[in-house]
Amino acid sequence: MNFLLEIGTEEIPHWMIPQALDQLARIDLLGARPEVDATPRRLVVRAWGVPERTPDQEQIVKGPPVSAGEKAAAGFAKKHGVDASALRKLGDYYELHKVVPGRDAFEVLAATLPAAILAIQWPKTMYWTSKQGPRFIRPIRWIVALLGDGILDFEIAGVRSGDRTRGHRRLGAAQIQVTPKNYESELRKNFVIVSSKERRDKIQKEAAALGARLDPEILETLTFITEYPTAIRGAFETSYLSLPEEVLATVMKHHQKYFSVESAGKLAPAFVAVMNTNGDPEGLVKRGNERVLRARFNDARFFWDTDQHRKLADRVEDLRKVTFHARLGSYFEKTQRVIALVEELAGNEHARRAALLSKTDLTTEMVKEFTELQGVVGGLYARAQGEPEAVARAIYDHYRPAGMEDEIPSTREGQIVSIADKLDTLRECFRIGLIPTGSKDPFALRRAAQGIVKILVEAKLEYDFYALLTPELTDFMLERVQHYFREVRGFKYDEVNAVLASSRGTLADVEQRLIALAQVRPTENFEPLAASFKRIRNILKQAGFEAGASLQESLLEPGPERDLYDAYQRVRQRIQGAGYRAALEGIASLRPSVDLFFDKVLVNAGDPAVRVNRLTLLSDLLTEFSTVADFSEIVTSGEQK
Amino acid sequence: MDCFQDTVFKLKRYWADRGAIIQEPYDIEVGAGTMCPETFLRVLGPQPYRVAYVQPSRRPADGRYGENPNRLYKHQQLQVILKPSPEDVIDQYLGSIEAIGIDLKKHDIKFEEDNWEAPTLGAWGIGWQVMLDGLEISQFTYFQQCGGFDLELVPAELTYGLERISAFLQGVDSVYEIEWAPGVKYAEVRFADELQSSVYNFEVAQIDRLRLLFNEYEAECKRLLSLYDGKSECKKRFPVIPAYEQVLKCSHLFNLLDARGAISVTERVGMIKRVRDLAVGAAKMWVDQQA
Repeated sequence: MNFLLEIGTEEIPHWMIPQALDQLARIDLLGARPEVDATPRRLVVRAWGVPERTPDQEQIVKGPPVSAGEKAAAGFAKKHGVDASALRKLGDYYELHKVVPGRDAFEVLAATLPAAILAIQWPKTMYWTSKQGPRFIRPIRWIVALLGDGILDFEIAGVRSGDRTRGHRRLGAAQIQVTPKNYESELRKNFVIVSSKERRDKIQKEAAALGARLDPEILETLTFITEYPTAIRGAFETSYLSLPEEVLATVMKHHQKYFSVESAGKLAPAFVAVMNTNGDPEGLVKRGNERVLRARFNDARFFWDTDQHRKLADRVEDLRKVTFHARLGSYFEKTQRVIALVEELAGNEHARRAALLSKTDLTTEMVKEFTELQGVVGGLYARAQGEPEAVARAIYDHYRPAGMEDEIPSTREGQIVSIADKLDTLRECFRIGLIPTGSKDPFALRRAAQGIVKILVEAKLEYDFYALLTPELTDFMLERVQHYFREVRGFKYDEVNAVLASSRGTLADVEQRLIALAQVRPTENFEPLAASFKRIRNILKQAGFEAGASLQESLLEPGPERDLYDAYQRVRQRIQGAGYRAALEGIASLRPSVDLFFDKVLVNAGDPAVRVNRLTLLSDLLTEFSTVADFSEIVTSGEQK
Repeated sequence: MDCFQDTVFKLKRYWADRGAIIQEPYDIEVGAGTMCPETFLRVLGPQPYRVAYVQPSRRPADGRYGENPNRLYKHQQLQVILKPSPEDVIDQYLGSIEAIGIDLKKHDIKFEEDNWEAPTLGAWGIGWQVMLDGLEISQFTYFQQCGGFDLELVPAELTYGLERISAFLQGVDSVYEIEWAPGVKYAEVRFADELQSSVYNFEVAQIDRLRLLFNEYEAECKRLLSLYDGKSECKKRFPVIPAYEQVLKCSHLFNLLDARGAISVTERVGMIKRVRDLAVGAAKMWVDQQA
């Protein structure tokens, strides 16, 4: 049978809809596969081929022991409403095989759907009938619940399910009778496009035709705040193009949810808005949106002009009044710490100046209005106020990278200020115990840590990574390093472990080692040698060996032992001063000698002096050749899970 | 074309026809219509209530000496409380927009998530900003908590930004160009107030005196809170509303101090808590007194 569930609500926040649909897609429909979709006012589940009944089930009820006699058996049978002859014996007991008839799908679904609907997890819920009433994301106003031609009858929050849906708020009918089959077409007649894909496509097609720069984020937002999207194009006076492009774009994107328009690679004085209606024949909506944008741009211009009355340099003291965190003081104090860190990182005069001014834009009208432009506004103002370009650029960039896709600051000064700012946040938060757990990371510390790693590696900065960390930060930061090299750069996890186990230095160096390791790894000698190194490590461990005495050449037995020693010496000399790749190739070339040694030589020799000497040889080998990467961390094909 | 006051008349008529009491503005400074006792106290407890009023709302930090075309120290808000919220509350709201002459079949209306929170009142709610052709014209909130109490009946609060709506209807780019009454511009009615209040708030007001006043109103409110006896037979006589009015005074003084930039980081959190404690105390008294 065909199934349709439509939960009619007041407008659900667009960003919550996809995750609600994921949950609805797991709803139990007696084995039928739920197909889900949504508009801001309706969550929809459809399925084809829902069975009419649940299958019959056999149930086994354990009865009295056979030894209790036939009377007990008769009593047991009577209690279950069957004749004693229906009982079976299993071992020493009677048992009854009962057939529990399947239940009617209507009955099952009407009973289970209300709880399933209310079980959807939302980021924030409300109650609307009364304090004791059910909670949902927004009030539920109607419910369509159909199975075939029949209504699945239930009630949530005083709303009884039925077969009536509602159209677009102003263009559609208030009561529309539907069936699972005609649901979508009936709604379309009433200016509701149920399919989010179709809405997305419609927006994309229309906006592109109007010249929009298709920002995927706005596209997604608009798909879920409209039931019948239609794109229109508006314009603004060319004079506003004198405002920084960053400000114009932010107003259009974040505040008005408009697509911006480009011509010849530059921002054009136009925008594309998406309405939740079918057209704007009189141009009323276009004019309204243009008016709003004009007012916004006027505001921005006003903020810009007002803000210039007081230079960034004069605003440093004002930061005493801006809270960084209730327990960590003001941005003034943060600024002082960041400057100290910039000095620690050997930042130049421009970097120090940028650090001093980096947070002052928080006191400007522009950033109070457009918080997402923090940093950017500071950079633009610094430039306008005659600060050196290196200072302006560093301020502009210092929140970067905003994510793994974002670029790192483009100048050395910007990189240093960005690292100092993030490192301070991390150190201070960890110091007072504000440590991210699971999905909770309210201060975006993971992103800050990831940003530091990305800058250190990609700018090839010469800072000893470990020296930057406080003890409580070490594990957290190493985790971000691993994450970066694995998820962003695609190195294998054991390669990352191998390099990190032997490296103590800059992350740029870690990167070089990883590149070399990944190149040498597929060569024929490498993995077998890695396996041998692991064996060496185990042997040394089992022997409780501690390096002390130096190797005595005289005790080396001619043959494989002596050969290994000679090969070791040769390789050692050869790779001195060589690059990581050459070094790794050299080490890999030891494989035949190592194999032969293990094949022919007994480490556990009878003579204690010989034994210690052999262990020393192995230990030297391991230590000497683990400086690039610790091969024993490499998972060889034989042991892969 | 409707002038400013016509739009106000129409909205009041519309809500009067739907059972709302038409109240007049409260006579103590408030930052928003929500703070008036007609909302803050009336949403508490089990009594249904419907009320609408225009409330001049003061936001000292938003003052711009009458120079900014869209930003005002004191703006006019039409506030509607429907307690409990009717099932068709959004349709009623849309009806009110059509009642002031906006044909919604020809315009674009969207409800965008915007939850409301007032830390100084111990209040929050769930709702939207209502966007008309890209312009935010209303806030729509289902109150969940007020004065620290979970509300028994969920009220819907509808607030209309009257200047914005009028500017939209009249097609003007500056609020000062709005025709308030036939032949009389908004500027003629309000400009002097905007300019002089900005001068006072940003330049002339004395920080020390504002602090002193804050402390005095706080002390008076605390005195009243301590005098209230829930077991007394004549508790209905007790001046709970006057006690709450002291909270409003404190709240406005806090906003003035804030606009002067006189409140430090640590002090700010503390002062918000001081106001909230008073508001929560007044709410408790009111609930007890009405029971």
